[in-house]
Amino acid sequence: MKKVGFIVNPIAGMGGKVALKGTDGENIVEKAKELGAEQESPQKAEMALESLKTELKEADQIKLITFPHLMGEELLKKSGLNYQVIGSIEKNNTTAEDTKRAARLMKEEHKVDLLLFAGGDGTARDVYDALELEVPALGIPAGVKIHSAVYATTPQNAGIIAARFIKGQISATEEAEVMDIDEKEFRKGRVTAKLYGYLKVPVERRLRQNLKSGSADSEERAAEAIAAGIIEVMEKDCLYLVGPGTTTRPIMQKLNLDYSLLGVDAVANKELIGLDLREADILQLLKKYSKAKIIVTAIGGQGYIFGRGNQQFSEKVLNKVGKKNIIVAATRNKLSALNGPLLIDTPDPSLNKELAGYYKVVIGHQDFMMQKAE
Amino acid sequence: MGKTIFRENFHQADWDEPIIYEMSTPGVRGILVPEPDQKIKDRAGDVLAKIPASLRRKEEPNLPEVSQKHVLMHWTHLAQETMGSNLTNDISEGTCTMKYNPRINEELVENTDFSLLHPEQSEETVQGILEIYSEFENIVKEVSGLDKATLQPGGGNHAVYTAASIVRKYWEEKGELEQRDEIITTIFSHPCDAATPKTAGFKVITLQPDEQGLPDIEALKEAVSERTAAIFMTNPEDIGLYNPKVDKFVEIVHEVGGLCFYDQANANAFLGVARAKEAGFDMCHFNVHKTFGTPHGGSGPGNGAFCCKQKLAKYLPVPTVEHDGDKYYPDYDRPHSIGKVRDFYGTAGVIVRAYAWVMAMGEEGLRETADISVINNNYLYRNLVEEVKGLSYCYPDNGLIRQEQVRYTWKELTDDTGVDTLAIERRIADYGIQHYWTSHEPWLIPEPMTLEPCESYSKDDLDEYIKVLKRIAEEAYQDPEMVKNAPHKAASRKRKDDNMLDDPERWALTWRAYQKKKDKIHAD
Repeated sequence: MKKVGFIVNPIAGMGGKVALKGTDGENIVEKAKELGAEQESPQKAEMALESLKTELKEADQIKLITFPHLMGEELLKKSGLNYQVIGSIEKNNTTAEDTKRAARLMKEEHKVDLLLFAGGDGTARDVYDALELEVPALGIPAGVKIHSAVYATTPQNAGIIAARFIKGQISATEEAEVMDIDEKEFRKGRVTAKLYGYLKVPVERRLRQNLKSGSADSEERAAEAIAAGIIEVMEKDCLYLVGPGTTTRPIMQKLNLDYSLLGVDAVANKELIGLDLREADILQLLKKYSKAKIIVTAIGGQGYIFGRGNQQFSEKVLNKVGKKNIIVAATRNKLSALNGPLLIDTPDPSLNKELAGYYKVVIGHQDFMMQKAE
Repeated sequence: MGKTIFRENFHQADWDEPIIYEMSTPGVRGILVPEPDQKIKDRAGDVLAKIPASLRRKEEPNLPEVSQKHVLMHWTHLAQETMGSNLTNDISEGTCTMKYNPRINEELVENTDFSLLHPEQSEETVQGILEIYSEFENIVKEVSGLDKATLQPGGGNHAVYTAASIVRKYWEEKGELEQRDEIITTIFSHPCDAATPKTAGFKVITLQPDEQGLPDIEALKEAVSERTAAIFMTNPEDIGLYNPKVDKFVEIVHEVGGLCFYDQANANAFLGVARAKEAGFDMCHFNVHKTFGTPHGGSGPGNGAFCCKQKLAKYLPVPTVEHDGDKYYPDYDRPHSIGKVRDFYGTAGVIVRAYAWVMAMGEEGLRETADISVINNNYLYRNLVEEVKGLSYCYPDNGLIRQEQVRYTWKELTDDTGVDTLAIERRIADYGIQHYWTSHEPWLIPEPMTLEPCESYSKDDLDEYIKVLKRIAEEAYQDPEMVKNAPHKAASRKRKDDNMLDDPERWALTWRAYQKKKDKIHAD
């Protein structure tokens, strides 16, 4: 019998309708409640459970492992699904720590085959802290902010994917980005998104956010072809600043170099010059090298190439390197899934304008796609 | 067909047929070859000894041992489990242009005056077939408006690869190949317009569609440079939209010195209406099976008729068919040629059929083909969109008239019911119609379906198709699980795992591969 972890962050999504842009931090939850916010996350998690049950047909194929009260127990009690409650929480209050603790227990003691969680970016971060890449996980979209690529397109689809994964109809998984933005900044109108890491997520052709077709395997191969193409034309004595992401990672792997998946690394003459660089480090290197190129990919499935998840490429860095030295890499599937232009969102509007326009995006070995950036 | 048929009670044969190796019994033979006479044995000597040792098998081949009767049964059963062309309503195969292939043309190629020809016969004895080649070349030259043609390529992709090879040779002879290393194409062009330039060693730059669904002309302006060797583009594109700015695309590429290739694999929408020449193209090709009524090869013999302007004629593959004022002859003496692309004369049987098809249709018939194809398509899509719940089509209301095919989208139905396009294309087999073509990957249009009713289909055929899709959409809303698990009345089954084809360890194309992988294949 397969085991599925089930965690609901009941306060996720409360800020949305009262325009609070997220509920990370206890004061905000109080404020949301004062403004009349209702819990929406449990409703969405319930929709996911319903479709899970329908898709499974025989509900006894699985056992759901959950946390008490609103973190899952109450929904499962109504669902008719087979479940077990573990751990303990304060009845009317849940925190990020509870999510992390639940995920960790489910991974270590109950060895779940899949963790299904309802929430937003903050919840995905908590789950990531506990799981990393060890256990497959899938998000039920219920939060205000969803910048992470670990969520299904709808709660119903989350249930369908989970069921298909359990039944073995989907076997492949892939690494999907866990992103979060700084809510304090966000409330002031500034989006500063950070790439926190990757969760292992079941690959379903069309039911997960921003992924329309292709398998995990073909995505990996496409990223390898991109890397081969970029390495082949690397120029002598040119500094290459390799941005974060699974698309750029094979460049470092093929060069047999260490890399920081979430940070910016520097390469010159196929040697590692710097790992996980800060803006100041990059500016230092730019003084040293007369030629420099930036290699970036769109992060988080929304198409941002600058300004989200790679702020190390600051305005100063970008001004110094210049548009013609920017290499954008993305697999054909990811690019097609954007349904819109690539996005640039640095704090400097005139720089954004300067960097806008068409890019010859590397999509494979000697293979390019003209893509507009705005 | 005289009236609309709706095969509600269709059920396909399902023979639960084993693989022929599973029918094998050691010692059973289909044909018992008699021992040769002693005289022959004496004369031939030790035949095996004459074969070089390196070519001799060390052990007997593993072949199935089955009697003639059982082989015949086996293949008849398999034939009954397929839905091949000329068997069902082939509107399903959008972009393939499934025409009726007149039976009389099969008679022509079975005529021994033709079928017994040998490619190494002397020129004087094959004047007839050379004349048919020359005449059919004249036909495709007229249809394209270009100066010179070859019928050597063995299919559409092969013709496009011939184009890429000619582009390479052209720049090589100009001494600019190193610099001109980029070929531009569009995302809704046929995939061979990207794949064959790549195979020929070029970098490929793909243009995305603009808001109207046409290739983004601004992106083209940014993409062209002194590195541009050529553009390879299809029009109307795969989604059925004709690009009215196609001549502007050609101009932009010509301005930087690049060549322009027009993929006219399927010229059904504009036969006798528009030509490659007037749009300014340097080269083009036709898939003879899509445009000129010959059967689809199914990986068998096909033909891609390739045409070009005079300035590129010297690069054409050998042999070209020429006439010296007295007789026809194959010309191998062409020093600038890209060389051979196919043995001997190519696929002569296809050319005979195509020539016969065009001669039967006549000039007016070709034009009528285009008119009926476009009218049929417009009748089908308007009725489908009006009558079938949850169905729409790509780039609606963009002000462009649909040509010979349409890419539809089931997104609304999928959102409403959870039934996706793959389920609907399986369900259609339960009504005696072969599965439809969705789209090339990646899917830019969600939940796609591409239908192409060319001139072969009657209004009744179109109505049958509309009726079937309407019924399936109703079923999806009423009983989504039933549609998701289709087909129910066809010989094939739904795959258990949608992703299994992505894992080469879980499928096999040969018995030998199956033996190696069967544990993994049956692991689930």
